[in-house]
Amino acid sequence: MTDNMEMREIYCQSLIEEAKTNDKIVVVEADLMNCIKTGPFKKAYPDRFFNVGIAEANMIGVSAGLATCGKIPFCSSFGTFATRRCYDQIFISVAYSKQNVKIVGTDPGICAEINGGTHMPLEDMGIMRNIPHMLCVEPTDSAMLKALMPQIIAYDGAAYIRLQRKKAETVFDEKDTFDLFKAKTVSQGKDATIIASGIMVSKAIEASKTLKDMGYDVGVVNTFTWKPIDEKAIIDCAKNSGAIVVAENHNIRNGLFSAVAEVIVANCPVPMESVAVMDEFGEVGKMPYLAERFSLRAEDIVEKTLKAIKRK
Amino acid sequence: MDKQKLEYLQSKALDIRKLTVEMIGRLGVGHIGGALSIVDLLTVLYYDMANVTPQSPKDPNRDRIVMSKGHAGPALYSVLADKGYFPIEEIKTLNKPGTNLPSHCDMNKTVGIDMTAGSLGQGLSCAIGMALAGKIDKKDYKVFCILGDGESQEGQVWEALMYAGNMRLDNLVIFIDNNGMQIDGMTSDINSIEPLDEKSKAFNLHTQRINGHDIQAIENAVKCAINTKDKCSLIVLDTIKGYGVDWVSSKGFGCHSMSISEEQWREFCGKEND
Repeated sequence: MTDNMEMREIYCQSLIEEAKTNDKIVVVEADLMNCIKTGPFKKAYPDRFFNVGIAEANMIGVSAGLATCGKIPFCSSFGTFATRRCYDQIFISVAYSKQNVKIVGTDPGICAEINGGTHMPLEDMGIMRNIPHMLCVEPTDSAMLKALMPQIIAYDGAAYIRLQRKKAETVFDEKDTFDLFKAKTVSQGKDATIIASGIMVSKAIEASKTLKDMGYDVGVVNTFTWKPIDEKAIIDCAKNSGAIVVAENHNIRNGLFSAVAEVIVANCPVPMESVAVMDEFGEVGKMPYLAERFSLRAEDIVEKTLKAIKRK
Repeated sequence: MDKQKLEYLQSKALDIRKLTVEMIGRLGVGHIGGALSIVDLLTVLYYDMANVTPQSPKDPNRDRIVMSKGHAGPALYSVLADKGYFPIEEIKTLNKPGTNLPSHCDMNKTVGIDMTAGSLGQGLSCAIGMALAGKIDKKDYKVFCILGDGESQEGQVWEALMYAGNMRLDNLVIFIDNNGMQIDGMTSDINSIEPLDEKSKAFNLHTQRINGHDIQAIENAVKCAINTKDKCSLIVLDTIKGYGVDWVSSKGFGCHSMSISEEQWREFCGKEND
């Protein structure tokens, strides 16, 4: 069972497991091996593990070079440093060059907690989804991550994986199946649909239960792949429920709200509301404080959903 | 090197200079200075030292050549065209709509280019990745990476040099085309990277410094680098920007990118008409 395992444990175990039959998999770290816990991969495959030190630009370039020779590098750092710190290297050496590099950014949004504003990626998916053809995925929990890892490895192209490092709230179980390119419908509703990702999925489920007690039928859909986003699932949500609330642990600017709005506006405009960080920097604190500070709680989703329904 | 081979390579370097001048001349403007300063090294690598062939440009066992100073693309395209990687007529398409020959090297457009470059400072990290892949796969190919001196003001270059030195990548040879100039002036006036050889040694790299236009000296240095075990090599090539074409080199740092008239290129190339 994966229930009690941290996301980073699942990540590393999956790499080790897949690497048994796939000798292309290599791991490149920038001094966060002990945080992301890829040490077991290093132990299992010492020749396929590299640590460049605190040098993220070099980590990305080295990974791109490995990829030109057919390797599948997984390189990781905290989400801030795995993306904006080395954005041009990702853009040119990886994406523009069409190299099969997997970039893992951990501690998404308020999950950075007491590392604070300097370490709080609230824009990582936004800037990464701005890179042409970049696959952008945020696995929700350990069961999903375990199911998605072989698909991410099999995907031939650059990818960004937004990864909670520690234990994620359990939403799914190992019997659930996931397709990397299809949103996961948790429940359907007639009054509104909450489209959520990451830590906001469990809060969306909680909000939908509260709303049910209030007499509203609200669905929850988990768009864990932000790009390419499952357009059909979003259009179905809009058509079937007539109102959308997007809940994300990310800046509203160019995040999941933007990605969903791009689909909604072009296909079936309906009232939309957002639960997201409203164009602010992060700050230091524990999760309950930060969720309240940035209005990322289940009650915030309830409030925005009622607002969306009222606008129908 | 025997006299015949030396004369062949010197003559080939002149051919490549002519093709480079023609390619940029037909367009009327381009990065001519830094292209001409690296021609002699490219000649030694492609016509003598490197294990590459147009018959199998993606051979996994081939040597890799990373032109990190991507704006020298036209010099590299001249070599590749001359060697038959693509029809020589294509040099007339430089920077034209839909071309396979863009200003800066693009591995997905031009047959024979091993790494995309243009945003300076990124190529050495990629070359290190290629060298590491060679070590993993126990292949004996070499990786040659060409940096500019101005480019070496980028911080990523020093991240990569540190790592190459510490990893003792003896299948990687790094060149710095030290022509002393960059867009805004003399490198020494703007932000000097000297003493390059001392810095290189301090990064635990096997270091040589030579005249980058002396074919014999380049060949000797490359051989020495290849034969150096358990250490990554760096060769500082002291060069002249625009070398070999007086009306280019006389412009000083102004020759980084300059206009070329039809009369100028036709006279240099000895082509009165097509």
